[in-house]
Amino acid sequence: MTDLLSSLRYEDWILHALIWLPLVGMAHVVVSSSERAKKLAFVWSLLVFVLSLGLWWGYEPGGGGFMLESSTPWIEAWGVSYALGVDGISVFMVMLTTFTSAIAILGSFEYVKTRRKAFYALMLLLETGVLGVFLATDIFLFYVFFELTLVPMYFIVGIWGGERRIYAAVKFFLYTAVGSLLMLVAILYIYFGGSAGSFAYEAFLNADLSLREQLWLFAAFALAFGIKVPVFPLHTWLPDAHVEAPTPGSVVLAAVLLKMGTYGFMRFLLPFFPGAAQHPTVVAVMLVLGVVGIIYAAWVAAVQPDAKKLVAYTSVAHMGFVVIGIFALTLNGLQGGMVVMISHGISTGALFLLLGMMYERRHTRLIEDFGGLGRAAPLFATAFVITALASIGLPGTSGFVGEFLALLGTFETHALAAILAATGVVFAAYYMLPMVQRVLFNKLDRPENRKFPDLSRREILILAPMVALMIGIGVHPTPILERMEPSVQLVLERVEGAGATPSTASAGSPDVGPDGYAGSARPGGHALLPGTASAPSRRVEPPFAGLGSQEPVPATPVRED
Amino acid sequence: MLLDYTSSFHYVLALLPEVVLSVWGMGILVAGVSRKQQGGSGQELGWVAVAGLAFAALANGWLYFGVAEEAATAMIALDRFRFFANWTFLLGAGFAIIISLPYVARQKLQAGEYYSLILFAVVGMMFMASARDLMVIFLGLELMSIGVYALAGFNRRDRRSAEAGLKYFLLGAFASGFLLFGIALVYGATGSANIEVVADAVRNGTAVDALMAPGVALLAIGFAFKVSAVPFHMWTPDVYEGAPTPVTAFMAASVKAAAFMAFLRVFLVGLDGVYDQWWTILWWIAAVTMVVGNVVAVVQSDVKRMLAYSSIAHGGYLLVALVAGNDVAAAGVLFYLLVYTIMTIGAFAIVVTVGNQSERRSRIEDYTGFGWQRPLLGLLMTVFLLSLAGFPGTAGFIAKYYLLLGAAEAGLWVLAVILVLTTVVSYWYYLRVAWYMWMKEPTGADGPGAAAVTPLATHIVLVIGVALVILGGLFPGAALDLAAASVDGLRQAVGAAAAPAGP
Repeated sequence: MTDLLSSLRYEDWILHALIWLPLVGMAHVVVSSSERAKKLAFVWSLLVFVLSLGLWWGYEPGGGGFMLESSTPWIEAWGVSYALGVDGISVFMVMLTTFTSAIAILGSFEYVKTRRKAFYALMLLLETGVLGVFLATDIFLFYVFFELTLVPMYFIVGIWGGERRIYAAVKFFLYTAVGSLLMLVAILYIYFGGSAGSFAYEAFLNADLSLREQLWLFAAFALAFGIKVPVFPLHTWLPDAHVEAPTPGSVVLAAVLLKMGTYGFMRFLLPFFPGAAQHPTVVAVMLVLGVVGIIYAAWVAAVQPDAKKLVAYTSVAHMGFVVIGIFALTLNGLQGGMVVMISHGISTGALFLLLGMMYERRHTRLIEDFGGLGRAAPLFATAFVITALASIGLPGTSGFVGEFLALLGTFETHALAAILAATGVVFAAYYMLPMVQRVLFNKLDRPENRKFPDLSRREILILAPMVALMIGIGVHPTPILERMEPSVQLVLERVEGAGATPSTASAGSPDVGPDGYAGSARPGGHALLPGTASAPSRRVEPPFAGLGSQEPVPATPVRED
Repeated sequence: MLLDYTSSFHYVLALLPEVVLSVWGMGILVAGVSRKQQGGSGQELGWVAVAGLAFAALANGWLYFGVAEEAATAMIALDRFRFFANWTFLLGAGFAIIISLPYVARQKLQAGEYYSLILFAVVGMMFMASARDLMVIFLGLELMSIGVYALAGFNRRDRRSAEAGLKYFLLGAFASGFLLFGIALVYGATGSANIEVVADAVRNGTAVDALMAPGVALLAIGFAFKVSAVPFHMWTPDVYEGAPTPVTAFMAASVKAAAFMAFLRVFLVGLDGVYDQWWTILWWIAAVTMVVGNVVAVVQSDVKRMLAYSSIAHGGYLLVALVAGNDVAAAGVLFYLLVYTIMTIGAFAIVVTVGNQSERRSRIEDYTGFGWQRPLLGLLMTVFLLSLAGFPGTAGFIAKYYLLLGAAEAGLWVLAVILVLTTVVSYWYYLRVAWYMWMKEPTGADGPGAAAVTPLATHIVLVIGVALVILGGLFPGAALDLAAASVDGLRQAVGAAAAPAGP
């Protein structure tokens, strides 16, 4: 296999192809007819998925850094490049994305009946955006893709969604935008604060930031990613968006878009701000939010009459496991978080597809409207039960591996958090099993449910690979774990290695000015644009005198000319 | 070719774009009178005006590439800042005229006067951007303003248009008074109205502080009125709403751009030495403008009025760059104004189309289902709105990022945070138009798309505009370099040259 790939010079073009092929597919869909749109979209997304499979062989877990790297200047004046790369963390996110995109498009054939061309064009645009997020190694490029995913999702929810679709779409959009725009300011701050006029990942890693700066920047990044995840108090957009979104939208949202947040935690938040990430208060806050999210979401899910809303809340709970796994700052915790991300992508995606199939047949999502489907549709029921068990985290399914590792990793450093979070697994059974029972096993007392058709061939084709993956990862997770380990290890090393220096050296050190940035650590004027190097650069103190200043407003701004 | 002003012909050459356009404008005025006797829609006159703009752009290009000036103290600057600004105005005016063509025909406006007024206003704008003398700035401002006053009230049969013209005129005259008084005080303080001389006087400390401070304040008020910064913005929504929509597009884009160009040159070049005196005032004006413009736009139910408030908000973003006051920010202002011109006129062009070349149907409900009825126009409007909102992938994002870059270099973090948070607010009202267009079903056969007839020319302009917006969002490199080169040397030219000559 490796020989075949290298004979195709796979490593040279694959990342570019992954990002841009969906866009080509989008153009193809737009110019095609409305009837052919769905098949074309599926073929294109399948092609992208098949190509991405090569990464399983093409990616060699070496030192854990980026592989298949390439970088071309994009906006030279600002030091922005079109830089792509893949490592042991993003490779799985990429494959998860290509997989769920193809599945979601296949799963939408019956659900989306109007304005098909626009729908499939937006789905493919979304795929480009998400793959760009996972593959970009330039912070500016990452930001562009990160924001780009908002637009197609906004329209997918807003046009093909349910009753309150506009409310849900706008809420989703604005929530995410608040976080990401503040992150943009934070990115700019680092750009001026030591990345030497470059947006490259490495330059940001080496940025020289004091602990105080790190804490503020950490807050901005954590807000952006935390909304996306979503971490507990920021999650309120999620149930609305999930419930109102059309099935394929929910699938992509749950399986992939939420992962952009946790991926951001691992890729950017921890390595960029090691001092803040190890700060005891920060760790405590993140762990508490994670644990509260797990337990709170489980309780709320348990009382939902709407099956889709129930599954939406389980997403919040699952992502809570990822958060505690990440902020436990142990190898097991981070790896567990990664596996939960993959497993949640597959199992929750499958749950949304199953609920979508129920909705297509009965046009309702209320749990009480169903009952006894196990007798009417045995294949459907089998898939449903396996998926639900994977979602709970039954041993032998992918959910168990992830949650077990995440809890194990958390227990190593924060036993109490792990113990409390472990109750979440019990609650998961408490909300999921009664739902399964009421939908599949109670009396088959409604005449509509007697005629509930079993899975069609297309639906079997959708669910079979997902069920296989849930069990496959559950039984034999080693190939995944060993591929991600070097990269996860590298994240940990970056946190622990680099973190010690600024956190001890500059806590309360004199060079942290009252204005919130370390005066001596920051060079005066960067040569941002050709020919402006000699221009005077102003360092103005705004009337509010920065963040948390104790000094009175200075009478004159500092001017460095 | 080197202009040293030994022969008076050099003056003509230095003012070639302005001369071309003035002559052209008078020609159209005369042609309009003679055409009126024959009847007709006057569309040809519009195209003739566009040709005039094209020739002026060529003349501008000749000056850009082929001409240098001897000393940088002439009343009219021959610097790249001016040429970049001129191209921005000419592009904006060209777009505005082309989207006016069907409107003028349908509303039976006097084509000759209409198009020549636009050309004269552009001449005024070009003087504002090129002036190195406060008096020339004032002349340019008046030339532009008088043209635009007339254009705002141009549709005599419409009461709202007349009201807009009168309101704009009265308040504009008031603001001109402030500006003129400010110029007089600055002249009194420094003994010169030449911006470079003023800059030197201010830098060397020879200016009289007691006159300088009120002079700076009055200049700031005059310009703040013209760029409709809060709290001098009261006229904007009413005037923008009442004026004929193509004129509103022209005002929101080019008039604001011209005011900012002059604002920039006066404050960042002329008054650079007293930066300490004015940055706090502008800081607050910028902050308040962003907040008020965006928040009030949220509650507007009329798209035209919403765009008026959004243009106030964009003025706030640009003011952030003025407060930053460095070269990055100045280049950012140039680039932003270019992008802003394209996307604002584009958005207004759709408003004209939905209103079917009249002042009706500009409420947000009138956009219900528009996207599905006219997919191309809906898509174009969506791109313009996303660009106005500053969304990645569009030139609006790059432009807004440029402003943030300038603010960040100056360490204006609080203003930067206000800028991005108010941007989130702006997402709401821009997206609201998008959701009415795409997410609501048209109510009946009488949807907006049913009646709207869009001429080919408007389509072409809009497609070009969207292409520029997307190109500027994906490959902004060349335009960014051009903007950066245009401010290169702007702020230290004479100061550096005059320093050794000083005592």
